[in-house]
Amino acid sequence: MSGTLHAWLSTDTPASRRQAALGRAYAGWRSFARNRLALLGLGLVAALVVLAMLAGVLAPYDPTVGDLATERLLAPSAAHWFGTDDQGRDILSRLLHGSRITLYVVTLVAVLAAPVGLLVGTAAGYAGGWVDAVLMRITDIFLAFPKLILALAFVAALGPGIENAVLAIAITSWPPYARIARAETLTIARADYIAAVRLIGASPARIVLRHIVPLCLPSVIVRVTLDMAGIILTAAGLGFLGLGAQPPMPEWGAMIAAGRQYVLDQWWVAAAPGAAIFTVSLAFNLLGDGLRDALDPKAAER
Amino acid sequence: MTPALGIAGLGLRVVYNGFTALHDTTLHVAPGESFGIVGESGSGKSTVLRALCGLAPLAAGAVRLLGDGAADAGLPAPGSKGFRRRVQMVFQDPYGSLHPRQTVDRILAEPLAIHRIGDADARIAQALADVGLGHTFRYRFAHQLSGGQRQRVAIARALILEPQVLLLDEPTSALDASVQAEVLNLLEALRARRQLSFVMVSHDLAVVTHLCERLMVMHQGRTVELLASADLAAHRVQADYTRTLMAASAGFQREDPTE
Amino acid sequence: MSAPLLTVQDLRVAYPSREATAWTEVVRGVSFSLGRERLGIVGESGSGKSQTGRAILGLTAPGGRVTAQALNFDGIDLLRCPPAERRRLRGRRIAMVLQDPKYSLDPVMAIGAQIVETLQAHQPQPRAQAQARMLDALAQVGIDNPARVARLYPHEVSGGMGQRAMIAMMLIAGPQLLIADEPTSALDVTVQLQVLRILDQLVSQRGMGLVFISHDLRLVASFCDRVLVMYAGKVVEQLDSGRLHEAQHPYTRGLLNCLPRLDAPRHPLPTLDRRPEWLA
Repeated sequence: MSGTLHAWLSTDTPASRRQAALGRAYAGWRSFARNRLALLGLGLVAALVVLAMLAGVLAPYDPTVGDLATERLLAPSAAHWFGTDDQGRDILSRLLHGSRITLYVVTLVAVLAAPVGLLVGTAAGYAGGWVDAVLMRITDIFLAFPKLILALAFVAALGPGIENAVLAIAITSWPPYARIARAETLTIARADYIAAVRLIGASPARIVLRHIVPLCLPSVIVRVTLDMAGIILTAAGLGFLGLGAQPPMPEWGAMIAAGRQYVLDQWWVAAAPGAAIFTVSLAFNLLGDGLRDALDPKAAER
Repeated sequence: MTPALGIAGLGLRVVYNGFTALHDTTLHVAPGESFGIVGESGSGKSTVLRALCGLAPLAAGAVRLLGDGAADAGLPAPGSKGFRRRVQMVFQDPYGSLHPRQTVDRILAEPLAIHRIGDADARIAQALADVGLGHTFRYRFAHQLSGGQRQRVAIARALILEPQVLLLDEPTSALDASVQAEVLNLLEALRARRQLSFVMVSHDLAVVTHLCERLMVMHQGRTVELLASADLAAHRVQADYTRTLMAASAGFQREDPTE
Repeated sequence: MSAPLLTVQDLRVAYPSREATAWTEVVRGVSFSLGRERLGIVGESGSGKSQTGRAILGLTAPGGRVTAQALNFDGIDLLRCPPAERRRLRGRRIAMVLQDPKYSLDPVMAIGAQIVETLQAHQPQPRAQAQARMLDALAQVGIDNPARVARLYPHEVSGGMGQRAMIAMMLIAGPQLLIADEPTSALDVTVQLQVLRILDQLVSQRGMGLVFISHDLRLVASFCDRVLVMYAGKVVEQLDSGRLHEAQHPYTRGLLNCLPRLDAPRHPLPTLDRRPEWLA
């Protein structure tokens, strides 16, 4: 059975749009799957998603309420796999619930920043002239904003909270995507196939959205994936400073901040969330590297 | 069958960044005629084509469609959608003229979608058949096609809007000799069947005289000579540069080896 | 007739196919020998002609597998000699000229500097002497102002001049065998003749062996003594260039016939009828 499916997907003469599109996706998957580390990254990210979804079911204890009397700062044991923190809360449960926050932050930033960067970059690259100049200067301005200072400003204006932290990160994350998209667009716009579509009478909007953006998408996707590690760390940094998630939300960065005071004797309070951040960042990096190798158009056409 | 259309470029001048690629060039292609432009690199021949279809900005001059004379004023102006339907181009590099992420089907559907022409499915199938590609090619991507097949798709794309003027920018120079012969035959057959006017650019004298009735020889952005292909073939040329080109095209003559 | 300079017997070049379990052969058993003469290898894209040239020099892309019953240059077994010796041969005794000087010359080095670097790699000598030899080499390929051109970068010179610089660079160490892979295909037709004339002179003067790879059968026949016609990795015909009209194989005859000719218009052009048995 799998033999015929494989043959159907790898054929050189697809018989329908769907077969062609699926075949291409299949070829991309096979190229990606040849890289063991990339598969590991994908697996870890998938595990993160699953754990986040099932956190309510899997967490053995309540993540926000702990027994201050008897459970404070217990070492890792059979009852508490990662020990308890200074408020008697089970760290494992907090990590599991915190993974939801991490995913929330990462997804929201990607969904907000990537499309904006893509559109700005392709429009600038295709239009050229003063449109390009203006858009790129705007990009430069946003690139110059340090994320933490902007987050502080947002907090001062709008109050602390995870949503404001996400907004601050997203606003400062889109410029690199714009730059990448613009660089690719400059090369693509000179190609004959774009001239051909122009000659057919396509409007600039149509050319950018339907012909150029699909070609820039792989680079931007790779960059976003590689950035996710940085976004997690930035969110953690904001949480560390008390600017992002507010207590008692089990955000990993805030957990490290809380565990800072106890790091010498009760190292697990800070080490557990730290290890979690490390693992997830590594996973996204591996995934991003693998995606880049697989989505590179020159390699994809083999 | 819609009547044939010709195209005229009057005093075309194209300047890129201060460099004049094309100096005040004039050409008239009568309806149904096949016109060739010959020259080496830097002669401006490709620039003429791009000026005719509006891909190159004109610093001076105008482009007009030529009908049978009576209703010429009503013909679409350059840049309009009507003009786009009537004038199309086949590009030189088969490896660069097809979108790398689109199937042949999508590439051919795009012109129909932009001009809101219905019945896309049947038209695409017919376009493929007209250029000698079977239905097995319809959902392939560009990288799954050979050079000759890609060029056929490019021709199908150019012809799917049923234009009356076809601009050809060195359509066979990137192809193997045997594939070139097939594509040249295809172009000739299509021209006869659809009463198209051709404006073809090439550096190859033999190819351009094969397909075209009249020729324009260009050098460094200027017209050197205008002559009929028959005259060129019979060596009845006026300009020295044309003579140089003909001599070079005759090929390498080896001095007798001393052995 | 001196002993053969280059002997190739049953050369096969294969690359792993997409399934990674099989090998796709791009050169399937090519055999020929070359003395101090000019041999042309003609074929279309995919015929394996460039791969043959690269295999001789050991420039097959990584991942490719080169096997042969014999691949000898002047008595040296090219397949079994150590890589260091192969490197010594390249440039000094066997040279290769490629198609487009835009891609084969180093874009970030001045032309003169590149030629001197090549010379020093094979024949270390004092700088002043190397400079003088470099200027002399540029003059030999018909460049009028060698000192000026030596200071230019590859993107600053025309295609023809770049190709002549490439030839100067490749011939400066005095190789015995030159492999030219489509050396004039990227050039304008008037410039092609100039470059070919220079190549003709240099090869004759130095008594070099030449392997001229091209898709242009007529050009190769006019430039070389013998012609090898390749199709799908195999040699389908070998003949003296003077006897092109006596070609037997239908592929060669088809290739000769399908070109448009100024003096003999044919509508439609005869096309090549590819027979599956040619692939065997």
